[in-house]
Amino acid sequence: MFETDRRNFLRCMAWAGAGVVWTVSGGVLSSRALAKAALKPSDFHFVQISDTHIGFDKEANPDPVATAREAIGRINALSVRPELVLHTGDLTHTQKPAQFDTAAGLLQELNTGAVFTVPGEHDVFDDDGREYLARFGKGSTGDGWRSFDSHGVHFAGLVNVLSFKTGGVGTLGADQLAWLEKDLATQSASTPIVVFTHIPLWAVFPEWGWVTSDGQQALSQLRRFGSVTVLNGHIHQVLQKVEGHVTFHTAYSTAYPQPAPGTAAGPGPLKVPAEELRAHLGVREVSFRATDGALAITDSKLG
Amino acid sequence: MNPNKNRLASFLVLALAAAVRIKDFKFDPATLEVAAGETVTWTNGDDEIHALVANDGSFHSGGLDGDATFAHTFTAPGTYPYRCTLHPQMSGTIVVH
Repeated sequence: MFETDRRNFLRCMAWAGAGVVWTVSGGVLSSRALAKAALKPSDFHFVQISDTHIGFDKEANPDPVATAREAIGRINALSVRPELVLHTGDLTHTQKPAQFDTAAGLLQELNTGAVFTVPGEHDVFDDDGREYLARFGKGSTGDGWRSFDSHGVHFAGLVNVLSFKTGGVGTLGADQLAWLEKDLATQSASTPIVVFTHIPLWAVFPEWGWVTSDGQQALSQLRRFGSVTVLNGHIHQVLQKVEGHVTFHTAYSTAYPQPAPGTAAGPGPLKVPAEELRAHLGVREVSFRATDGALAITDSKLG
Repeated sequence: MNPNKNRLASFLVLALAAAVRIKDFKFDPATLEVAAGETVTWTNGDDEIHALVANDGSFHSGGLDGDATFAHTFTAPGTYPYRCTLHPQMSGTIVVH
């Protein structure tokens, strides 16, 4: 089993192209063409959107409102309306009230049953999350942590960007870990778990801060579950990894790309020719097949 | 007053002042030594915002967008480590004599 996981781990570190469905069943991840996915409207569908960075105005994308709106158009044009949409943080670029207003307005344009968010560090760095929590914290506990159930799947939204309360960006903190342990204790090991948070829980590239320092403590709490899917944003590119029954997926931004780990002097906005920008932005659809609980993940580029 | 003279004077003051440039998610120089009473000016040379905060809380810049500057006058001798609240890999030190 360990060797199988290792092989999958190596295979799945590759960059994902558009229209590839990753299917997870019993912890083994495989990819196949979208047309063969055989998903039905009766399956449970939801969408992840991330890193809208409303307020960003530099060369890498002078109009992130336009690209966010294109992403929302894509979601609203899906053949099956998603039950819910998760936004995994950095709604805004510099957490200005007007940026939050615009972001909230954009999310209202989504044709979906419910929208859940977690903050990115850009949403909270200047006021320790007060403005974000006042606007988007409804229904959450602690500093914006939340859990809920939908169609037999248990969701946990974690906050790992509040530097003052947790000891630094990329930290969950002891209080949140205690809350998570209590929350997961009520779930059976056969319940599919979806964890969504801004910064990757696994060490993607610590040199650029692409890591959650106490992420392993959360993952050890998740180990007993048969199917765990961890969705995050922050690094503006799609990466996948499998570790036992846990699959990790980082998401595209709708605003601008960032360089692959270690390929630039720093993780700043990656400038690409304007006509190529949309090939670096995207949204993610996640489907749970009702018949056998298989999970399919589709990352679609905007262009 | 000759406005050009004023401009030149401003330029000289800026050129001589203690300065830290932020580029590629690094503070340059990482450690800067100044005399008490001197003002240090940080300039963000990245397209990403940064937000400086002293480890002891004695100064903080708020969000510093690309090309924006932040200045702080250090009155008391000591060592002032600081970091970027957005990017945990970024840290620097101001030593005041």
